[in-house]
Amino acid sequence: MAGSTYTPIATQTLGSAAATVTFSSIPSTYTDLILITQTKQSNSSTYTILNFNGDSGSNYSQTNLAGNGSSAYSNRNSNDSRIIANQGNYESTSDWQINRYNFQNYSNTSTYKTVLFRTDIASIDTMASVGLWRSTSAITSIVFSVANSGTFTAGSTFTFYGISAA
Amino acid sequence: MANPTMTLIGSPIVVGSGGVSSVTFSSIPQTYTDLVVKTSIRGSGSGTPDFSGISINGSTSNFTFKYIQGNSGGANSGSYAVAVNPPMDTSNFTANTFDNTEWYFPNYTSSNYKSISIDNATENNSSTNYLDLYAALWSNSAAITSITFTPSSGNYVQYSTFYLYGINNS
Repeated sequence: MAGSTYTPIATQTLGSAAATVTFSSIPSTYTDLILITQTKQSNSSTYTILNFNGDSGSNYSQTNLAGNGSSAYSNRNSNDSRIIANQGNYESTSDWQINRYNFQNYSNTSTYKTVLFRTDIASIDTMASVGLWRSTSAITSIVFSVANSGTFTAGSTFTFYGISAA
Repeated sequence: MANPTMTLIGSPIVVGSGGVSSVTFSSIPQTYTDLVVKTSIRGSGSGTPDFSGISINGSTSNFTFKYIQGNSGGANSGSYAVAVNPPMDTSNFTANTFDNTEWYFPNYTSSNYKSISIDNATENNSSTNYLDLYAALWSNSAAITSITFTPSSGNYVQYSTFYLYGINNS
C-alpha cells in the first residue's frame, strides 16, 4: 500500500496574540514532517524564529534565495542560535505570511536535520531556504517565537502533517 | 490517529484533442483547510514564454505578487499588481515539454485576504528557460469557491493536466 500523506498531527489557531507557539511530543512514527503556517506579526520590526528540542546553542545554519520585487539575492547564516523564517527581512503586520516547511527523516538519530522551506509575503518577498540543525537527535519539539518582543497575531495558524513512506 | 487528508477534489482535468481556452474548478467544497492545485500545462501560443493566469471567484482584480526568477541570463525579481500569471511552455518551446506549477492556498475559506504560494518551472531544451517562485495576495475576504486558469494566448494544449486537492488539518 502506498504511504500515507498529509496525516494531520497537530494544529493550533491562535485565539489571541502569542509570543511563542510550541509543538511538543512530536511522534516519531512518520518519515517526513510537513508544517504549514500562516502568520502575521504584531509590529514591523519582527521575524519568526524556530528552535528544535529546546536547543538555542550555535547549532543552526541556513541559506536563502529570495526576491523582493526589485532584486534577487542570496544570504546565509552559520553558527546561529535559531532558524529564521524570513532571514534578512522583517515580516508583515498587514499581509498573511505563508511558510511551508519540509523536514526529511526528522526522527532518525544518525544524521543532522535538514529542513527545506518556502516563505511568501506578497508585500515583502518570496524566498526559498534550507536550514540545518547540527544534531543527531530526533526532532521531538519545535518552538516558534517572535524576535524583538513581537507576537503572532490572533488568527495565525500552525499545522503539522506526517508523511509515511510505508 | 487522524486520517490522511490530501484528497483529490473532483476528477482530474486532462485536456483533450483541440485544447481548451480555460479551465475552471467551480463549486469548490468549503470543507477543507487548504487547497493545492498542481498543473502540468503547455499553451498553443508562441511566446517565450506565454503565461497562465488565474482568476478567483471570477475576479482578476486586487491581485499583487512578487517573484524571483532564474533563467539563462541569471536571476531577477519583480513586483506586479495584476492577476497572477506565471510563465508557461508554448509552441516555441521544445516539443512535448510541459510547465509544472504548484499553487498553495492556505485557509481558503477564511475571511482574511488570501495569500498564495506558487512554485513554477517551465521546461525547454534551449538556452532560455524559467524557474519561478511567487508570493501572491488576493486582497479579497471572500471564501474561494472557484478558480479559473486562462492562458495569455491561445489554448491549453492536449495532455495538459489540472489537479485540485484539499488538505484538512484534522
